[in-house]
Amino acid sequence: MEEKSKKNERFIRIQMKEQDPQVRNANFKEVPFGYSDEEAIIEAKRCLKCKKPLCVQGCPVEVKIPEFIGLVAEGKFVEAARKIKETNSLPAICGRVCPQEEQCEIKCILGKKGEPVAIGNLERFAADCEREKGEVALPEMKPKNGKKVGIVGSGPAGLTVAGELAKEGCEVTIFEALHEAGGVLVYGIPEFRLPKEIVKKEVEYLEMLGVKVVKNFVVGRTETIDELLNGSGYDAIFVGSGAGLPSFMRIPGENNIGVYSANEYLTRSNLMKAYLNDANTPIIRGKRVVTVGGGNVAMDSARTALRLGAEESVIVYRRSEAEMPARNAEIHHAKEEGIIFNLLCNPIKIIANEKGFVKGIQCIRMELGQPDDSGRRRPVPVEGSEFEIECDVVIIAIGNKPNPLIPDTTPDIEISKWGTIVANEETMTTSKDGVFAGGDIVSGAATVILAMGQGRVASKSVMEYLSTK
Amino acid sequence: MNTILKKEQLAPQVVRFRIDAPKIAQKRKAGQFIICRSSEDAERIPLTIANGNASEGWIEIIFQVVGAGTMMLAELNEGEEMFDLVGPLGKPTHIENFGKCLCIGGGVGIAPLYPIVCALKEAGNEVTTIIGARSKDILILEEDMKAQSTQLYVATDDGSHGHHGFVSDVFNNLIAEGNTYDFSIVIGPGIMMKVTTDLTLKAGIKTYASLNPIMIDGTGMCGGCRVTVHGETKFGCVDGPEFDASGIDWDLLLQRLNSYTEFEQQAREKETCKLEGV
Repeated sequence: MEEKSKKNERFIRIQMKEQDPQVRNANFKEVPFGYSDEEAIIEAKRCLKCKKPLCVQGCPVEVKIPEFIGLVAEGKFVEAARKIKETNSLPAICGRVCPQEEQCEIKCILGKKGEPVAIGNLERFAADCEREKGEVALPEMKPKNGKKVGIVGSGPAGLTVAGELAKEGCEVTIFEALHEAGGVLVYGIPEFRLPKEIVKKEVEYLEMLGVKVVKNFVVGRTETIDELLNGSGYDAIFVGSGAGLPSFMRIPGENNIGVYSANEYLTRSNLMKAYLNDANTPIIRGKRVVTVGGGNVAMDSARTALRLGAEESVIVYRRSEAEMPARNAEIHHAKEEGIIFNLLCNPIKIIANEKGFVKGIQCIRMELGQPDDSGRRRPVPVEGSEFEIECDVVIIAIGNKPNPLIPDTTPDIEISKWGTIVANEETMTTSKDGVFAGGDIVSGAATVILAMGQGRVASKSVMEYLSTK
Repeated sequence: MNTILKKEQLAPQVVRFRIDAPKIAQKRKAGQFIICRSSEDAERIPLTIANGNASEGWIEIIFQVVGAGTMMLAELNEGEEMFDLVGPLGKPTHIENFGKCLCIGGGVGIAPLYPIVCALKEAGNEVTTIIGARSKDILILEEDMKAQSTQLYVATDDGSHGHHGFVSDVFNNLIAEGNTYDFSIVIGPGIMMKVTTDLTLKAGIKTYASLNPIMIDGTGMCGGCRVTVHGETKFGCVDGPEFDASGIDWDLLLQRLNSYTEFEQQAREKETCKLEGV
């Protein structure tokens, strides 16, 4: 009997304890508390240490998963963090925001009979241990090679490239347009999902490696890529400027007061700290907030609205839950916190009062028809099913387009019809000599880890390129 | 970096900073703006560059103290640094030799108009400038404008200086006298731009206006500064700040500028108390 229950235990994951949903929906503190040492060790011991670990294949940056988990199981937490850092310079961030369930964890053999090992939770645990114990150490650094590399944007792609190239001995400078480094990690992802202190620490770690971070510098405006290459003496440039241009729906009333792009809403709350009561940057704290969209950003927005005091926070999405691009964990968290999901429903008009302030959104019911180009069933409007939702804030979270500033100011770089920079997937080289690109400016709008994966690939090509110069 | 080299009170509530900013000074063109923050938790304030000198490495900004953000900014003194300063942002004014140009500025809108007047003059245009303010004591840059313009006309609402009335009256008079213009640019408070561009367009003059929508990042990221031009949504920060006045939805712009009136009122009161030590 005992034997059998042990066997079963192997298939059951240690859940990370979380703030109670009804408490956390009114504060900005992080949702999960993290593992205790004991919990981490028990969870780590579930790993089968496969000879050919499939999980590693699922990871865009090939974290040495069984090895670091083995170290956690032995109680060597700091060593575990360093093992991860051999291929991933931002583990505390990845442990929190990577979609592990569709990358490493989905490949875990344990998942065939039970729950896969909580790789993400363990990654987060190890990284937090190292940071909290103040045991962040410098990795092995190659001697200075005298090469200057400029990096455009301090988001996940840029930070990854910066870390890799600094270790290789390059003199690395990151140019950030905003007044804080981190890109989407600081302006987009809310505090309750990724504490800003962690991003700050990761940036400080890069600075320890010798990376220079220049804020308030808009490449394309303050200096163009050509000026960096020719006048300022950079040997290579990596562009990780992201997909920062918000899409709107082009429906009537979209410019009424109280209609925000998710970017603006989250930037006001996160970067400009409007969630604090004495902040200098205002945000409209709606009583009834409608967020349009079904991705992680929509979940972040709707959950932020609750925390800013909304009595009702509603998600409006034109397809069904199965098609939602958001992570299951995010949808689950949102539901627990009381977000109302209005699915198969599409906005057609935003209504305002006489002063231009939003007072409602008109929607139409949808049903799923034949699959479209994306393979998902196309939503079609149900005639005569229009209805109105009363609200005072509308957040449009239907995606972002690449920022056009670099394409516009770099005449000889090849751009796709979607406005992304064309880069070779295997090398991340662009059509312009000495210029590499990765992250959302290449992929459109994807994930933090994909951006980091491309950053790693790009770092290798940058080194190859520099060696030929 | 970003040190305030010179601080001047141009008029009650109107301040000019000369800032050490060699990179921006070198790149800036007429019509472009910067975003600055006075301290760590301050708002990001967009301000059009009012002047600059590439070889000496400085730029100038002129702002009116209207809200908590500008109050905090005005607290900075010579020798102190701007906490954050980024630019130049936005598209530069399209400058060419149009022939006869008309530049109309109202209030602190005269400040961003100044580099445009200079650039148009340098491109060989004959520049007629009309500037206006509520009253003589808050009229700025009259001498500078006189030096750069072929003709300068001044109007004040209260008649304390120049024509008694609005810049639009002066414009009407010039047209009535039979003057013609090939190009015009209007910068000032929203309502002044709405009224004035309506007149210049009716007179058949190609007209641009420099808009001042509420914005945060200034690089196209937030979309807060969206304006409707010729029925299309544009971003003030990256598509502008200047737009063809014949397509601007002024009512929408004016409405959106009121997004945070209530909040601003509270912030102003709080900041006033803080400054007065209450």
